[in-house]
Amino acid sequence: MNRRTMIGWVAAVVALGFASVASAEEPPIKIGMSMPQTGALAGGGKASLLGIEIWRDDVNARGGLLGRKVELVVYDDKSSASETPALYAKLLDVDKVDLLFAPYGTVPTAPIMPLVKQRGLLLMGNFSFQVNSKIHHDMWFNNAPWGPADSWATGFLMLGQKAGGKTMALLSADQEFAQNLATTAREVAKKLNIPILFDQAYPPSTAEFSSIIRALNAAKPDIVFVASYPPDSAAILRAVNEIGVGDNVKIFGGAMVGLQFAQVMENMGSLLNGVVNYNTWLPEPSMYFDGTKEFFDKYTKRAVEAKVDPLGYYIAPYGYAMGQMIEQAVNATKSFDQKGIAKYLHANTMKTIVGPISYADDGEWKQSATLEAQFRGIKDKNMDQFRQPGKQVILFPDNLKTGELVAPFEAAR
Amino acid sequence: MQRSSIIFWFGAGMFLIAMLLMTQFIRNEYPFFAGYVILQFVVLSVAWTILGGYAGYVNFGTNAFFGVGVYSAVLLIRAFEAPLGVQIALAALVGGLLGLGVGLLTLRMRGIFFSIATIALAIIIETSITNWRFVGGAAGIQLQRPPVMQPFDTYVKMLFFVQALLVVIAIAIARFIQNSRIGRGLHALRDDELAAECTGVPTLRLKLLACVVSGALMSAAGAPAALYVQFANPDSAFDLNYSVSVLAMSLIGGTAHWIGPVLGAILLSTTQQLLTVTISSEVNVLVLGVMLVLFVVAAPKGILGLVRRKARKADAA
Amino acid sequence: MFSIELLRDAVVLGVLLGCFYAAVSIGLSISFGLLDVPQVAHPAFLVLASYGVFWLNDTYDIDPLLAGLLITPLFFVLGLITYRLYHETFERRGSDAAVRGIAFFFGVAFIIEVLIILQFGVDQRSVTASYIGKAWRIGDLRIPIRQLVAFAVALGLTVLLATYLSKTFMGRAIRAVAQDEGGLRLMGANPVRIKQFAFGIATAVLGMAGALLIIVALVDPTLDRVYIGRTFCVVVMAGLGSISGTLIAAIILGVAESIVLTMFGASWAPAISFALLLGVLAVRPQGLLGR
Repeated sequence: MNRRTMIGWVAAVVALGFASVASAEEPPIKIGMSMPQTGALAGGGKASLLGIEIWRDDVNARGGLLGRKVELVVYDDKSSASETPALYAKLLDVDKVDLLFAPYGTVPTAPIMPLVKQRGLLLMGNFSFQVNSKIHHDMWFNNAPWGPADSWATGFLMLGQKAGGKTMALLSADQEFAQNLATTAREVAKKLNIPILFDQAYPPSTAEFSSIIRALNAAKPDIVFVASYPPDSAAILRAVNEIGVGDNVKIFGGAMVGLQFAQVMENMGSLLNGVVNYNTWLPEPSMYFDGTKEFFDKYTKRAVEAKVDPLGYYIAPYGYAMGQMIEQAVNATKSFDQKGIAKYLHANTMKTIVGPISYADDGEWKQSATLEAQFRGIKDKNMDQFRQPGKQVILFPDNLKTGELVAPFEAAR
Repeated sequence: MQRSSIIFWFGAGMFLIAMLLMTQFIRNEYPFFAGYVILQFVVLSVAWTILGGYAGYVNFGTNAFFGVGVYSAVLLIRAFEAPLGVQIALAALVGGLLGLGVGLLTLRMRGIFFSIATIALAIIIETSITNWRFVGGAAGIQLQRPPVMQPFDTYVKMLFFVQALLVVIAIAIARFIQNSRIGRGLHALRDDELAAECTGVPTLRLKLLACVVSGALMSAAGAPAALYVQFANPDSAFDLNYSVSVLAMSLIGGTAHWIGPVLGAILLSTTQQLLTVTISSEVNVLVLGVMLVLFVVAAPKGILGLVRRKARKADAA
Repeated sequence: MFSIELLRDAVVLGVLLGCFYAAVSIGLSISFGLLDVPQVAHPAFLVLASYGVFWLNDTYDIDPLLAGLLITPLFFVLGLITYRLYHETFERRGSDAAVRGIAFFFGVAFIIEVLIILQFGVDQRSVTASYIGKAWRIGDLRIPIRQLVAFAVALGLTVLLATYLSKTFMGRAIRAVAQDEGGLRLMGANPVRIKQFAFGIATAVLGMAGALLIIVALVDPTLDRVYIGRTFCVVVMAGLGSISGTLIAAIILGVAESIVLTMFGASWAPAISFALLLGVLAVRPQGLLGR
């Protein structure tokens, strides 16, 4: 090869080198968050994180956001409120992330609300409840389908009233989420003229519910609204099966956290039958949108090795939706400016795998999509049955309904 | 004043000036968040050592005193919008009274019984706060920070400096007790309470004093946490981790001298802060457990013990 | 809302609940009550046993009570090893040992917690058996069968251990070493060996207790923190060294909790149990039936 050819080759190689370096030169777009990976909220936190990671991989496969790859910076906040201030300070001041996601759950999120309001930052919320109601930050967007605070109680109590229920019992855990829900339940009950015959808050360490259910029985209510946490929800169901709630109960359940997790559902099996409980996403025909099926295919594959909820219906798709909303806002405004993104999110309806999402001024969904669904025909020791439609029939809201309530409670079992 | 006192106060003054300068010149807020937590644990550990190290009464209820401090602050903020200084003062008062109560209640209890009584009290107090709607109850309460005072430009920097002040106060008190007759009396009752009583040491009074001082300092350390987190709920404020971490820090550092808990707290807390932003998972808890076991097995008198052993060997050589 | 039926039911359910508390605390009344070992990791071992039972039940469909029996010998060995470690490191080295012993066991408890999480994840687990979810009806009183199982096992364990300690040679040696170690040494027996054996038994009991725990309730890796208070409360209230006292104290606790849960406002239940403990300690520092 003569010298000129060699110089030509060298030049070509160098040019190629520069070109590849130049295109890799675009810095990644960093999304920062803390996520409970240990502690009480870890079960939900890990599932949420997997949903977000699947979105990150999908969007990067499409070339990233405006040509920049998405990188997640995640810290474990141990489900504790005292860890998040320091972690978000680090994300902002040291890691210099471009966008913030909130941690899963209200307790770790509450401390950072004043911080993001003061600095005028966008925060994508992750399954918190009414955390913005006192702060009034206008750049906050909750991914959870709650909508107005009383959506649970309203849906459940109206179903109960329609089935002929006149009185109610309220059982709630002495913890943040459940207590907030219990407060809304009392308000809605007053509005609908339903007297509360039994109103108890139990301590989180309660192991055994026989006594409490026995006392609840004695009050002879028609409607039983329970706001409980994963450890207690299962124990309460057991006690209900053993002690019974009485034949005049028309509807039982409402806001029992934990009955959405695959492990618990499999364990409880036939004990679940008849219970009407809240949920976010279910494999019912009305709940499939663009990309939903593909998401769950990917999730199911990755869930087992990540040691998270194998079904992933309850929380994971909403993590994915957080990313989708950011993606749509960034692509539409062609920039990462947070004020611009916030304006877009307030003004538009975003299309996500969990359906169309549009926001009210307070950052919650304009229209509640909290489902109340009744468990039907559940068999013991079978997780795959929950992937079929018809096992959790959606009774509320009307636009997503797939069936009617079977009452009274004992008949549906 | 004695030479050692002069050195101490000079050192304390330098420390405070350094902390103040930090707040004026470092823009980045993260070191102050992390630093606040570390300083907080120094105060808690020193306070714990006054009762647990000097007197030998192992308090498992650190989380109760801390939580009481947090909720005293919450109460004052909700009811009167009181300034930070008042919050801390009231927290110290309540903590001291609580300590007095604990002391009186457990007058006849020794050793492990005392420790179990502290666990019982912690649960009773936490349950009571959980049932108190005015301070938020189980649902928790969000708090608003007042505007920050000069010369600080952000609230967290101010809290950081306040905690540094508390560190100096706690160490000064611990040092005073340690070097005085009170300290010697506590030491005597720790080694053998019966013998101490027989030689005329007023064990009951000393024990009560240690309980009061220890409790007051712990609650004082907890008060600023309310505005640091800007959210209070019983689960976080009464987290069992406070009790276990403080116990670990004091033991790892060594409980014979006030430097022990200071070293232990700085070491363990810094490690925890680092781990939170690096490994960030269950392994964090594993490290606490392993460090605890290692130190307790291999270094019975903590870091202090190791240092002294080396010094003695050097002397003998 | 007071009715005699409600009270009666509360008491019955309380007795059963108390028996459950007794079963999970009996091991501690030996290791802490008799041997003075501050076994703060007792509930952690308990949860570990529950997970063992869960694994056997989930993988091989073995009945939980049977699974509990199967892991009992494993836990006996675990107890032997733990005691040897504890003795070599603490009991030999003299003063300050109590505090460091507590810290040691806390560390062990944390390590066990993390290992469980790494192996099983953070979600709750439970077992399935034919008697879970059903109740026995007498008139209008309904008693969950799993509570009856707890009652039977607790009673059985108490009787077994109490008899063992008073009638067999080894049992009496254990009581002797608890009362007067020096005297025992003079008689030619090796107190360390005896204590180690006793600790092994105390830990072995956790096999069945762990099975009970996962039958009665659901378990998650951090459950041990809730039970530290409960188990020590029972043992201390009983009076150190009294096995039958453990059953009685636990039943009192169970009934008190049950009555408060049913009739006075569930939120106060934990406070009541511990207030009871403090009350007993203030009046009778050696516990109800202590030595």
